[in-house]
Order: sequence, then structure tokens, then C-alpha cells
Amino acid sequence: MSESVTAGPGGAPPDTGPDAEPGPEATPRAGRSRRRLDRETLLMLVVPPVLVAIVFAGYVWWRQTADLDETELRQLAWGTVGDQMWEHVKLTAVTSLLVVLIAVPLGVLLTRGRLSRLSPVVVGIANIGQAAPSVGLIVLLAMWRGFGFWTAVIALTLYGILPVLRNTITGLRGVDATLVEAGRGLGMSQGSVLLRVELPLASPVIMAGVRTSLVLVVGTATLATFINGGGLGGIINSGITLFRFDVMVAGAVLVALLALLIEWLGRLLELVTRPRGI
Amino acid sequence: MTTAPEKTSAGDEQISGAEIVLQDVVKQYPGQKVPAVRSLSLTIPAGEIVMFVGPSGCGKTTSLKMINRLIEPTSGTILIDGQDVRQQSENQLRRQVGYVIQGGSLFPHMTVAKNIAIVPRLLGWDAEQTSRRVDELLDLVGLEPARYRDRYPRELSGGQQQRVGVARGLAADPPVILMDEPFGAVDPITRQRLQDELLSIQRELRKTIVCVTHDIDEAIKLGDRILILQEGAEVAQYDTPDVILSNPANDFVADFVGAGSSLKALSLARVSDVEIRSVTTARVGDPVAEVRQRAEANGDSSVVVLDQRGRPRGWPMLRQLKGDRIVEPAEELEIDIDERATLNDALDTMLSSRHGAAIVTGARDQYLGIVDFQAVTDHIRAMEEQGGE
Repeated sequence: MSESVTAGPGGAPPDTGPDAEPGPEATPRAGRSRRRLDRETLLMLVVPPVLVAIVFAGYVWWRQTADLDETELRQLAWGTVGDQMWEHVKLTAVTSLLVVLIAVPLGVLLTRGRLSRLSPVVVGIANIGQAAPSVGLIVLLAMWRGFGFWTAVIALTLYGILPVLRNTITGLRGVDATLVEAGRGLGMSQGSVLLRVELPLASPVIMAGVRTSLVLVVGTATLATFINGGGLGGIINSGITLFRFDVMVAGAVLVALLALLIEWLGRLLELVTRPRGI
Repeated sequence: MTTAPEKTSAGDEQISGAEIVLQDVVKQYPGQKVPAVRSLSLTIPAGEIVMFVGPSGCGKTTSLKMINRLIEPTSGTILIDGQDVRQQSENQLRRQVGYVIQGGSLFPHMTVAKNIAIVPRLLGWDAEQTSRRVDELLDLVGLEPARYRDRYPRELSGGQQQRVGVARGLAADPPVILMDEPFGAVDPITRQRLQDELLSIQRELRKTIVCVTHDIDEAIKLGDRILILQEGAEVAQYDTPDVILSNPANDFVADFVGAGSSLKALSLARVSDVEIRSVTTARVGDPVAEVRQRAEANGDSSVVVLDQRGRPRGWPMLRQLKGDRIVEPAEELEIDIDERATLNDALDTMLSSRHGAAIVTGARDQYLGIVDFQAVTDHIRAMEEQGGE
């Protein structure tokens, strides 16, 4: 009698009350494995790119029509801005890749066996580390490692690891222990339980950490310019040193747009990697 | 021990289970003075359901988990089908011992089919064989494969999740199945249904099932034997339900089984023990006029409607029959009961039926007949007379 049963909006979870206990023929009201796209998620997916597009169009219009002097024109030349934007994206991408490659395995390690006793300490340090000023970290590292792209990447990685590490540990700890035992009880090896049960179930929390880290890194990468690491920070810096207020604001707007776009990408990634069924 | 599906031993019925023997099994947790399991020796015969009951903390779950080595015994030996469980790796062992957990413990990110297919996949079955097995099992636990295969656990009710949990435990056709409070997380009506279904499945498969429960009524209903444990997993009594009810070994058992044991005897008697009456039946699609005629000839004012596979679907009064042909009732039938259900459950079901009777079903929900108050009271009177002699 499937025609008589309508799927509830958004796939409401089925009742578990006695009346709802269906025999073989009953159909729960939940929509069939439909991914939940509630209003808020949808809004967060549509609004930011539209906003970014509108503001960027506004920037282009301003850049083409404003009465700029020669210094300003040089600073805001499309080629220069494009290069810096590309450097900024490169900094963010390389850093984020390193962050995930380091923080997730480290988080896994810190939830296994004896090492798990260390995890509260590590989470504590991570939380304190988050409060450390990023400029300080970057400058200190530059004094030790010298200037350049890779020093910036190392500093940003150190900074970006923290949220991912913390969320990996929290996510893995949040996995229902009975499910882990169920996996073991069915004869799955520890590795298989980790890969097929724990990580998929923890992935929404881990991905939330990745998104936080992305936003953190894209913002902090503005400081890379101080140690010759490149990025859009260059425009802002020139604006400040040359007393060109509009250059500085232009740089800030571009960084903000990039950050919004990357945050949006992170959200998209979160949604795509979320396992179906949870 | 192999994964061969059919393992027959001499006997009148096909028993696919294997014998389990525990010899002086001890579990002492480090840092605890009193051992969780002091010294447990026990033989669980092949093909039987043995219920472990006892107060919480008595070591029943620990004892169960030592059989599949989720907990390693401190000392002692556990044999399944004569083989020491420590002879093979724990993962190998567990793939050959079914495991069913409270609430089903399904993996929420896997579909029903994937959940059930976990052990077959670990054993390296090919995709086609696995999917055939999944459908077979869904059918066995009363879930239509085409409809439920690709669902996610959160789209199922508690009872359905538990059914899938049972199917997952049976997936690789293991000779031994361990159940840890399997029906603890569902409401009483669902629990009763699931218990009936388990008995029905067991009638077909004859596995060795070890089941932990804290519910003595469940133990009496499901168990071929009941193991009552005291603190430290000390055996208070290990016997068949009727001996435990009529002859408790000591005060502890008597207390645990509780008062009203003559009422509990209702949980011992099965529907199949009492007289099952037959009434007029009709198939979906039969002409109404003809059905009405037959019913009136039999003196019945109602008919039991069966679907094409002989499963009862409804029990309408004659005056409710409309149209030319019998149509399949839209709502779920709730007054059917398995023939292995206890009289206790039968009375419960009858009370919610306006016919004052329940429809009795056999293997795979096949219609057998009906049972009414009269039949149950006659049976109770007969039991009392027997007891009085």
C-alpha cells in the first residue's frame, strides 16, 4: 500500500511508539535516503556566492571608474592583484592539505590505546595555542627558518592544525562505543572499524573543523606578506605604508571576498562528504 | 568449525547449531578484588536457546562476551563444537559467531543491505551471493527486501532496526549466535512480536543461541534452558523453564523467578498447546458473494482474509465486506500471534481484538487458525486438574 503513505517533508524520523511498530507491509514515513537540505543549509549555500559576486562586481565598477593616481593604479593593476590572489589561494590550499594530512592521523593516534590518555592534554594545549597571536608565530618562525613561502606555510599549518586536531579527537570520541564494539563483535579488525565505522561517523565533526581551519588560514595568510610569503596582504600593506586609504580598503575587501568564498567551499565540502544516513 | 551453511548431526531434526562448552572460565579484571566471573562451567547443547539471566552485575554479559572473545577470559577454556575458541584469531572466530546487540546497533551510515552484508563481505563472498543472502534474510525476518534493502537505519522503526540486527547476526549462517539483551530497547508489544519471530526463525534454523536478558519472563518464554546467575557468575540454577518454575533450586532462584509462578506458567504454555479453531478464510481477490455464502454455511459472522502467500491480512465482519472482490485491508493486522507465543501473550492479544480471539500463524506468518478465550480457559482448567491430582 505504498501509494497511501506519503513521505513526510524532509524525511521525518519514524515513530517508535507501539502504534507505529509496522509489520512487514508498513512503510515508515521517512523519505527514502534523502539527503537533508533544510532551509538554513540551502540559504548558506546560495547566499554567500551571490553576495561575493555582487560585491566583486561593485569592486570592478569602482576600480574602472574611480579617479586613481599612478601609485594606486600600479598597486591595483589587474595583473598584480591576480598574482597576489593566486598566491593567497596557493598558501591556503597547500596549508589546508598539510593540515588535514597531519591533524587527522594525529587525532586518530591520540584516540587509540594508551595515547588516548594524552588527548585531553593535547586538546588543552591546542585551545591555548589558538589564543597565541598569529603574527608572533609567523615572525618567530621567520627568524628561525628565514623568509619565504614555505615558512609562511609552516606557520599557517601550525596554526590551522589546531581546530582539525581538536575536532578529530572530539568526533572520534563522540562515536557511540556500542557501534565500535558491534563492529569488533562482527569480526571487523580494528583498522576496518576505524575506516568503515569510526571515521565516517566522525566525519561531519572533522569536516566542521576543516572548515574552521580553512577560514582561519585564509584570514591569517594575509600576514604572510610580512615575511615575503606573498598573498593579498601585500595590497593592504602597501595601502598602509603608502598612506593610500583606498588601496588598503580594496585589499581588505578582496581578502574578505576570498575568505567568504573559501568558507562557502568548506561548507560545500562538508555537505558532500557527509555520509548518507546520518 | 566451518562456515558451511548446513551442519547436520544425528537426530530427528536438522540442527545447524554447535555445542558450546565452558570449562572453569574465570574473568578477573585487573585492580578488582572480586572476580567478575569466579569459575563458570557449563554445557550449552547444540540447537538450543539458552538464556543467561540474573541481577545486574552478576557477570552474565561478561560470560557471553567471553564466548566470542570480546572479553578475554583470565583462565579456563571455551569450546565451540569441540574447538578451543583461542585456536583461531579473534576476527576469524567472530565471523563465525553471530552477534546481535540491543537495539540492533546498526551502523547509521550504511544501508540495511550493507549492514547485513558486513560479515559476508569480511568472509569474501561475491557480490551476487551476498545480495541474494541479504534478500533471503530480510524475508526471513519479515521485511520485504525490495522495500527495505536500500533504506538507512534512521528510516526504520525500533522494531525494524532490531529485525535487521537479527538478520545481520544470521548473515553468514553461523552455528552459534550470541545475543546481548536483544529486545531490551523496544516497547512491550514490539518485544513480544520480535520474541515470537525469533522462536519462529529458530524453529527453522535450529541454531545454538545464547541470549542475555534481565527479564525472567523473556527467559521463560524463549529459553529451552535458563541459566540463573548470582554475583560472580555463580550458577544458581541451570535447567529447563518448567523445572525452574516448579522446582527452584534455592531461595535466590525462587525470589528471582518471583511470586505468581502459577500465572507465570501461562508463559510456559504455548498457543500450539491449546486447541486452535478454524474459521472461514478468504483470499484477496475472491468474490465477496461466494465468501459470504461459505461463511454463512459455516455459521461464521466474520472471515479471515489471507494474502496470496497465505499470510493473514485482516479479520473483517461479513457486513464490512463491500464491492465485488475481497480487497487487501489497508491497515496493519495487529491481532495475529505466532503459534510459539505464550498463552500470556495470546491473552494480551485477544484483549485488543473485538473478536475476543487471535489469529494464529506458523512459519513465515502462514495462517493456521484462531485461538479464543474459551480455548485458553479450558487449557488452564485442564492444567489445574492435572496439578491437583
